[in-house]
Amino acid sequence: MTAYEKLKTVRAPERTHGGEYVKALFSDRVEFCGDRRFAEDPSIISGIGYLGDIAVTYIAIDKGEDLQDRIRKHFGCPMPEGYRKALRLMKQAEKFHRPVVCLVDTMGAFCGADGEERGQGQAIAENLFEMMGLKTPIVSVIIGEGGSGGALALAAADRVYMLENAVYSVISPDGCASILWRDAGRAHAAADCLHITAEDMVELGVAEGIISEHEGDFDRMCADMKTILSTELGKLSRLPTEKLLDARYERFRRIGVFEEDRTK
Amino acid sequence: MFDRKKRRLPEGEPFTDEEFDVSCSGCKSVHKRSELLATGYVCPDCGRYVRVPARDRIRMLADGGSFYELDRGITSVDFLQFPGYQEKIDKAKKQTGECSAVVTGVMRVEGFPCAVFAMDSRFIMASMGSAVGEKITRLFEYATKMRLPVLGVTCSGGARMQEGAVSLMQMAKCSGAVRRHSDAGLLYIALLTDPTTGGVTASIAMEGDITLAEPRALVGFAGRRVIEQTTGSELPDNFQTAEFLQEHGFIDMVVERRELRVTVGRILRLHESAAEEAR
Repeated sequence: MTAYEKLKTVRAPERTHGGEYVKALFSDRVEFCGDRRFAEDPSIISGIGYLGDIAVTYIAIDKGEDLQDRIRKHFGCPMPEGYRKALRLMKQAEKFHRPVVCLVDTMGAFCGADGEERGQGQAIAENLFEMMGLKTPIVSVIIGEGGSGGALALAAADRVYMLENAVYSVISPDGCASILWRDAGRAHAAADCLHITAEDMVELGVAEGIISEHEGDFDRMCADMKTILSTELGKLSRLPTEKLLDARYERFRRIGVFEEDRTK
Repeated sequence: MFDRKKRRLPEGEPFTDEEFDVSCSGCKSVHKRSELLATGYVCPDCGRYVRVPARDRIRMLADGGSFYELDRGITSVDFLQFPGYQEKIDKAKKQTGECSAVVTGVMRVEGFPCAVFAMDSRFIMASMGSAVGEKITRLFEYATKMRLPVLGVTCSGGARMQEGAVSLMQMAKCSGAVRRHSDAGLLYIALLTDPTTGGVTASIAMEGDITLAEPRALVGFAGRRVIEQTTGSELPDNFQTAEFLQEHGFIDMVVERRELRVTVGRILRLHESAAEEAR
């Protein structure tokens, strides 16, 4: 599949959405709602549950089941209160020494006047700032679309995994094509230029690994995910807090390609 | 370089008086740099604030001769072979004389030492790619080591799409450096200038202990036109202005350009005693 075909695949309404992964991965769940500041954002499903025998905090973006549900969840584009709910649960996870698992699938943070009024940018910034110092392990999986800052706000993590067909991008290929060629129809070409596939992410050092989708065998894929998540959380939980935070900092610190002329 | 005990900054270097043209983003009139430095970058034709080139921004804030630049030689690389990117970099370098879209260093404001970064909208809309991310990260690391406050002057179109997801990661990288600086008990003042948008709003611009903005500066996450197109709603005239953000609780102070130096100096002075006690 080309990059654009992958994008189409993960954007398709029939693609498995966040809530289904939550059901498949975590047992004995207790769901939590609300940011305690303004509202509940249904586009983010969050709570606590068991991943195998580890109690975790889970945070998943959910695009919704049917049209009604998708409208209610604004098609998986979280509002500032969604990010603030996620942060509230992460701080709680820190308090109770639970690791955090984030499942990311969004075109991007909600784009609208109300989101701006309530500080969409500030909400994302605060998540990045807090996650970079959160004293508990964080593992994120991009399960569909990793749309820009709205995805990163749940992926400033110790480990990031990509599902086989998932994509991660700084801007939607459609938006990129409109800017570059004033033609959103050339999203196909833009998707190639942007390097958005799972393989690209591993190559660029943005993700640690790829989880096979086993040609649509959901149970097999989830079994793999469980194994990988448990193994990573096991390793991360054994690290002293200071080492964990240093490693998380270094993980992002080394990303970047530039030249340096020291004579200047 | 910086003597931590004596709070002595490295010897500053003079700014050049090289002449170049700067155009007003409000009325599109073009003016000589020397003319704009004399008016404090207020447009002689329309009275609006002209977007200030990074180096002149620092010149307007720093005590004379106190600015010492860091990491000047860091520059962007077209590592994805993105269409037109290399030409954009070359053109921006030629037009601005800068190697990247941000200038970083140390200076004094009203006698008080601080680290500073200023973004330059003439350089690919001051979008944040690897070079900008690296320079800002290094500045916060330097300030943490030297126990200096940071003044960050933002203006940016957001993350630099020509560097793909790597530019997105710069948001997390810089946020990590800001976090470490903050955990060391140090002050970060963000000064938001026109326009501050996208990934920069969603990271370094909104992570200050104190957030200042210039009057009428555009500050937002999503673009106004995109919001109008996707929601079909009409937006108020003052939407995403500094005043709008202050009204909604996201900015401490809207400060006139001529008051900036004094205001920043006062804030630094008020934190100086706290810094002394912490030491």
